[in-house]
Amino acid sequence: MSRRPVSRTMLLSLFAALITLILTGPLSGLVLNGYDFTTRFAAPLQIAAMVLILRFIAGLLPASWLAPKQKHEVEPRAPRFKTYQLVLGGLVLYLALASLVLFASKYWLAVGIMALIYVLLGLGLNVVVGFAGLLDLGFVGFYAVGAYGYALGHQYLGLGFWAAIPLAALLAGMFGMILGFPVLRMHGDYLAIVTLGFGEIIRLVLNNWMAFTGGPNGVDAPAPTFFGWEFKANVTQGGVPFHEVWGLEYSSGMLDAFIFLVLLAVVGLTLYAVSRLRGMPIGRAWEALREDEIACRSLGLNHVWTKLSAFAMGASIGGVAGVFFAASQGFVSPISFSFFESALVLAIVVLGGLGSVYGVILAALFLTLMPEVLREFADYRILIFGFAMVLIMIWRPRGIIQQRRPFFKRAGS
Amino acid sequence: MDFYVLGQQIVNGLVLGSTYGLIAVGYTMVYGIIGMINFAHGEVYMVSAYLTAIGLAVLAYFGISNPWLLIGLTMVFAIVFTSLLGVTIERLAYRPLRRANRLAPLISAIGVSLILQNYVQLSQGAKNQGVPTLVEGVFRMGSEDHFFQITYMQMVIIIVAILAMAILNFVVQHTALGRACRATQQDRQMAQILGIDTDKVIALVFGIGAALAAVAGVLITLNYGSFDFFVGFVTGVKAFTAAVLGGIGSLPGAMLGGILLGLAESLFAGFVSSDYKDVFAFALLVGILIFRPSGLLGKPTVEKV
Repeated sequence: MSRRPVSRTMLLSLFAALITLILTGPLSGLVLNGYDFTTRFAAPLQIAAMVLILRFIAGLLPASWLAPKQKHEVEPRAPRFKTYQLVLGGLVLYLALASLVLFASKYWLAVGIMALIYVLLGLGLNVVVGFAGLLDLGFVGFYAVGAYGYALGHQYLGLGFWAAIPLAALLAGMFGMILGFPVLRMHGDYLAIVTLGFGEIIRLVLNNWMAFTGGPNGVDAPAPTFFGWEFKANVTQGGVPFHEVWGLEYSSGMLDAFIFLVLLAVVGLTLYAVSRLRGMPIGRAWEALREDEIACRSLGLNHVWTKLSAFAMGASIGGVAGVFFAASQGFVSPISFSFFESALVLAIVVLGGLGSVYGVILAALFLTLMPEVLREFADYRILIFGFAMVLIMIWRPRGIIQQRRPFFKRAGS
Repeated sequence: MDFYVLGQQIVNGLVLGSTYGLIAVGYTMVYGIIGMINFAHGEVYMVSAYLTAIGLAVLAYFGISNPWLLIGLTMVFAIVFTSLLGVTIERLAYRPLRRANRLAPLISAIGVSLILQNYVQLSQGAKNQGVPTLVEGVFRMGSEDHFFQITYMQMVIIIVAILAMAILNFVVQHTALGRACRATQQDRQMAQILGIDTDKVIALVFGIGAALAAVAGVLITLNYGSFDFFVGFVTGVKAFTAAVLGGIGSLPGAMLGGILLGLAESLFAGFVSSDYKDVFAFALLVGILIFRPSGLLGKPTVEKV
């Protein structure tokens, strides 16, 4: 391994710092204030100094550390656990996480719900982008279909929470199919742009169709109930209040606790389903199609059905996440479904490693919990996501966690 | 149909369309040369809008008040800075991914656009910004209460856009640089064998694209007067629509697509519904990509194994 000379590294670092200084000079150093400006010359200098140091450190590291690591794209591995062990372990984990509800405040429950919703969204998009390799930039559209499906379904048809979950999955899945159909022939970047267009169309229609969706004012979504128990102080949907049935004192966190428990179970089931799908013929077809479409079609794989099923699967998961979002917020409006949301979920999938289920969960938890833990981090959150997306694409295109493919041993061998 | 309303919408459409065309050039040249959608291009335009306001503020601070001088100097400042930004983005976020799979540069580009958006928001604040009106006066046709008009600023936009396109066309068709660009676009490996530094050419193309986005940014900002850190996204997608409509990879196509899209959008806004004009633009994009992905002037692509 050859070390690059330090003097050259120094020179390159100075050059990088100079470019940074020029680029950040006007934007960071001169802050617009009406038609006038105020100066803040320290900011570009600080940024340039940071770049200088980072570039210098990067230059001193051995070159092989910084080279893209993608030699072992997929490592085969035998399944480590039997099904009953997985089910038992899952139950224990569920109970452990569920018991957090007893200690958590309403605030942390709300944070937990949002984190789980992003886990769900990440798992859904991971099916489309990670498994099938179809870059979907309009994923938030399906999330919106689920959320609005619940809110509007209640308003117009009187649908409840429990009916809304499967119906939203179905509806979003159908949307996924409908939107997937015209883009079958496309791949790569054209597909990305078309899905982006679809996502934006859904949002704009929700925003402008005042008579049906309430436009920018949004729609109220009802609070979920459980067999007629309601988790609010006063009964609004003709049930009985939960706290009276059980003789408890009312607390405003009960609703969140309930949603958290249901959502946790849904995430668990989705996780199980998605990881099983990977080993099934359809999951393998998705991954094969991602790697080489022409080869797959030559081998007689039905690419139409394979792509549509990936779109539908991902969209249904997104739709379910939407129902939980609407239920936990009690209100939906088009602002929640901007392109930024799609980019965020994409960042989760990319950071977690395209195709890696557990990586996606970790990334979703990291990206949603981090801003809560570190307040200073919150402002720079998007900036950090952006840098992370670029760096990971360059350095580890397969994500931080390398994916492993399960394989099955033949009995007796 | 009212003739004057129609005339007004056509004027607005031409103005809008010529700016779309300028931005579309950046998409189409980059796509032509390395086959990637530079998703961050819209944000480069957004940065140039901020640079316009900053440039004007600084020049005003030094006491310059001649509007033409202001516009000219601001444009030079924005062009120089923005092309440097474009080249830097290419060097850092796209060049290392030249050999990666097709999704990687696109995701990296989304990362870059998040960075630019958030960086501008953090450094300049989230509020709406504005610039003063520099060029006043309108040219009217028709009677007192029944007319259509074209402001002098709109005339400036159309003239500058035509000028910029003419210069670009000259550079691409008649200079050594342009020849290198075209050669790299046709066959990068062969161009490299013949001694063309293709990395430099690609960086140059990013620079040119960003420079034209800066021209558009200055013009649009001066015309509308207000902007925020979020303007890059919608304008970027629309300019991309224009590039696709004209046939991605084709320079005259970008301009033609821009003008057609601008006209279609402003006629739709004027006669159908202005609430749904963005829906219309997005639907047009989706429709073209589905039914005629090669656009009006583009060549159909054949996938080879």
